[in-house]
Amino acid sequence: MASQAAVVETPGRKRTSSQTGDLIARLITLLFAISLLAIALLLVFQLWIRSGPARERLGFGFLFSSEWNPVTEQFGALPFLYGTVVTSLVAMLISVPFGLGAAIFLSELAPAKVSNGLTFVIELLAAIPSVIYGLLAIFTLVPLMREYIEPFLKHTLGEIPIVGDLFHGPAYGVGYLTAGLVLAIMTVPFVISVSRESLLAVPREQREAALALGATRWESTWQIVVPYAKLGILGSVFLGLARALGETMAVTMVIGNVPAVSASLLAPGYSIAAVIANEFAEASGKIHPAALVELGLVLFALTIVINGLARIMIVATTSKGSKR
Amino acid sequence: MSLLTWRKIVNGVMLTLTGVCTVTTVAVLFVILGLLLYNGASSLSWNFFTQLPKPPGETGAGMANAIVGSFEIVGVAALIGIPIGFIAGIYLAEYEDKKFASVVRYIADLLNGVPSIIVGILAWALVVLPFRHFSGFAGSVALSVMLIPIVTRQTEQFLREVPLALREGALALGACKWKMIATVAVPAGSKGILTGMILGVARIAGESAPLLFTALGNQFWGNMNEPTSSLPVMIYRYATGPYEEWHQQAWAAGLVLIAMVLTANILARLVISRGVSVPRG
Amino acid sequence: MKRVILACGVLLAAGASIASAQKINACGASFPDAIYEKWFSLYHTAHSDVEINYNPNGSGGGVKGVTDGTVDFGASDMPMTDAELAAAKGKILHFPTVLGAVVPTYNLPGVTQDLKFSGPVLAGIFLGKITKWNDKALAADNPGVKLPSEDIVVVHRTDSSGTTFIFTDYLSKVSPDWKSKVGAAKAVQWPVGLGGAQNAGVAGLIKQTPFSMGYVELIYAIQTKMGYGLVKNAANEWIKASIESVSEAAAGAAMPDDFRVSITNSPGKKAYPIASFTWMLIPAKIADPAKATQIKAFLTWMLTEGQKSAPALAFAPLPKPVVAKEQKQLAMIELPAAGKKK
Repeated sequence: MASQAAVVETPGRKRTSSQTGDLIARLITLLFAISLLAIALLLVFQLWIRSGPARERLGFGFLFSSEWNPVTEQFGALPFLYGTVVTSLVAMLISVPFGLGAAIFLSELAPAKVSNGLTFVIELLAAIPSVIYGLLAIFTLVPLMREYIEPFLKHTLGEIPIVGDLFHGPAYGVGYLTAGLVLAIMTVPFVISVSRESLLAVPREQREAALALGATRWESTWQIVVPYAKLGILGSVFLGLARALGETMAVTMVIGNVPAVSASLLAPGYSIAAVIANEFAEASGKIHPAALVELGLVLFALTIVINGLARIMIVATTSKGSKR
Repeated sequence: MSLLTWRKIVNGVMLTLTGVCTVTTVAVLFVILGLLLYNGASSLSWNFFTQLPKPPGETGAGMANAIVGSFEIVGVAALIGIPIGFIAGIYLAEYEDKKFASVVRYIADLLNGVPSIIVGILAWALVVLPFRHFSGFAGSVALSVMLIPIVTRQTEQFLREVPLALREGALALGACKWKMIATVAVPAGSKGILTGMILGVARIAGESAPLLFTALGNQFWGNMNEPTSSLPVMIYRYATGPYEEWHQQAWAAGLVLIAMVLTANILARLVISRGVSVPRG
Repeated sequence: MKRVILACGVLLAAGASIASAQKINACGASFPDAIYEKWFSLYHTAHSDVEINYNPNGSGGGVKGVTDGTVDFGASDMPMTDAELAAAKGKILHFPTVLGAVVPTYNLPGVTQDLKFSGPVLAGIFLGKITKWNDKALAADNPGVKLPSEDIVVVHRTDSSGTTFIFTDYLSKVSPDWKSKVGAAKAVQWPVGLGGAQNAGVAGLIKQTPFSMGYVELIYAIQTKMGYGLVKNAANEWIKASIESVSEAAAGAAMPDDFRVSITNSPGKKAYPIASFTWMLIPAKIADPAKATQIKAFLTWMLTEGQKSAPALAFAPLPKPVVAKEQKQLAMIELPAAGKKK
């Protein structure tokens, strides 16, 4: 824990050199800490100012318009917001069950050494750069989706009414589903890591009480331990979600880069991060770059909120009932 | 079938499923590594490490400038980001009596969650626009903004874990606070702090998005004041292009990049070997 | 640790010392990227003290770069509009460099013959009206070819592109439907299709997606060994893109003094209808005297020696009268007074 011991001040006497030293040290460290604040403020400031021309011209309709026309300078965020949200949702729908399942195994079933070892390996997945996920996706996942998985989905789930609308259209190989799949792989380590810590933080008495009452291992886990840790687990989901929302490279390599809203998961789409990556370097004129920055502002706001929620939930869990 | 039998079946099935989830996740990692090794190893060559890119159709092209460029951009980013993050982390750990510290901590966590492409916009606005040209330096600024919060929080975390007894011992012997920090607390936490820095640098070394419109790219050798090539950006450009030679080089570059990143990660984590006590029920 | 620092220092110093070469930065069109890379590589071999670094980020990027002054010169397959010229700080000169062709290229497993595409059919495909390969209109133009019943996967550009302008300019001329619904520009709102970045990205997508088609500069189709179709020209002839048919397209056009001209849908009998000049955008006033001299020298080389490399990469060299006109325009690049450094 941080030291609370303060240097004893001798009132009325001149400052000693060590006290001056401490003052300087405090000031210097404070200065550098302020730099973090400055960076954050600069970020918000630049995002706000640089999106000015677009915000003035396009107003609130920006969030709901589907147009993206650099010639007439009409821009709308809807297809990108939609794509960002849809791919992230698909990602979480896949990674949360897998992640939670693995977290349960690692916290409840695996012996300590195995658990630590496997967790270490899984956390390495989080260290793999996004562009490498994209590289792998283009050459291995996309053909797989196009040749086998998407046609399969079309012929099975695509035939069911209502649900089938999610799986119609040509099997491009690229699109919302593929991007969601890649994002799922990228977010699962976060879900596993934080959920596992939350589950481990549950006091052993809870498990023992359930087992003493005759519950099976699974019942004890699912009905007692998991609900106890649910805040932390939820936090891990939000953490993964925030990561998925902001992912750029892997998504832009497999989403198809089409600024349109489609109901089908097999359709190509676009995300906020992907369009910024593709268009920012050569957007010209007054409005186009500003519209892209405005998209960045929207994404920024979204991830701040989700991350903030995640943080609240995770902090709440690890402080409650933890053995630290 | 009795209720008990049913519950036992459910128990067995569900627990097995959790094992399946774990094995699948771990398997994915090995599949990724395997694919990279398989496709990339055959394209690795002496040329790859020493030659400059050539127009498509010509043989013997390489990514030497991208490799050096990555080192340069990440190096400068580390030079900027590590000192700032380190000292800010000291503030958060040692001067916790002020409310301000918790604000800074919150901001650091927030910054950690900002998408890298947004950080790229910031660097573009701060460096590319005023100086009116793309540069490796702008890329470094973007990466350092990502590095600072990581190093700050890691430094803070490992400084906090230094036992109180150690600190109070130093203070009791008459050291003033800053001396105590410098000669006792920091050295005691140095292992963790150092690994935090390594992990942070490994993280930014793989970033491609913030470099897309800051450092851009270069066919030749350049200096940091010009557009500079980097491995992650080259991977992106070559993977999305149509030429077989480009694809092969993208795989090779991917292999090199992941080798560097994973080595750094494995080394770092082995050094601190975080273990968590697992309660058994 | 010390050794690491030393190594880093050596690397940085090495990087800095190479800065003694004259570095010129350019960016823009990916359409002529193949010949530009060749030129800059050849020029560097001949003049080792000059390095021209070209980033093919699209014609829009080239216009933006030269307007903002973030590069020394730009490149575009669409001449700058009056509005774009007005936005630039100084005068920008257009220097045509080569002639190229935009071809409809496709990835059609099992089909080995060259397909024929008429203007209205191309417009229909890119409008999303013609969705299957065995559509009646497409089949009518290609008798004897067994077309599959798969959906056509359309591929277009995501970035601001001169290649897009050339293609949409042609489509606007042959299809009133296209002209009213989409129009001609460097970046349009595509009714259908996947997006790729620059010519390389589009070619990459097509190569990896069976039953797809898109539009790229000729050399990309050739180098990636993809089929590209014949197009019906204004004289109702089926023409395949080639150096001859592209030169034919330029022969009929009168070159204005500012070199801004469109040669799509040219009337010549053997003219390829989707052909175009491509331009380097050179500021008339370049602040750095060394750079101005070098750029002028490069352009002089490009107009004479450089033209010889064009045919090998399927680009048509500039017609002689155009070259003569450009050589006169070279004089308009002002060399600032010696001694006045940037």
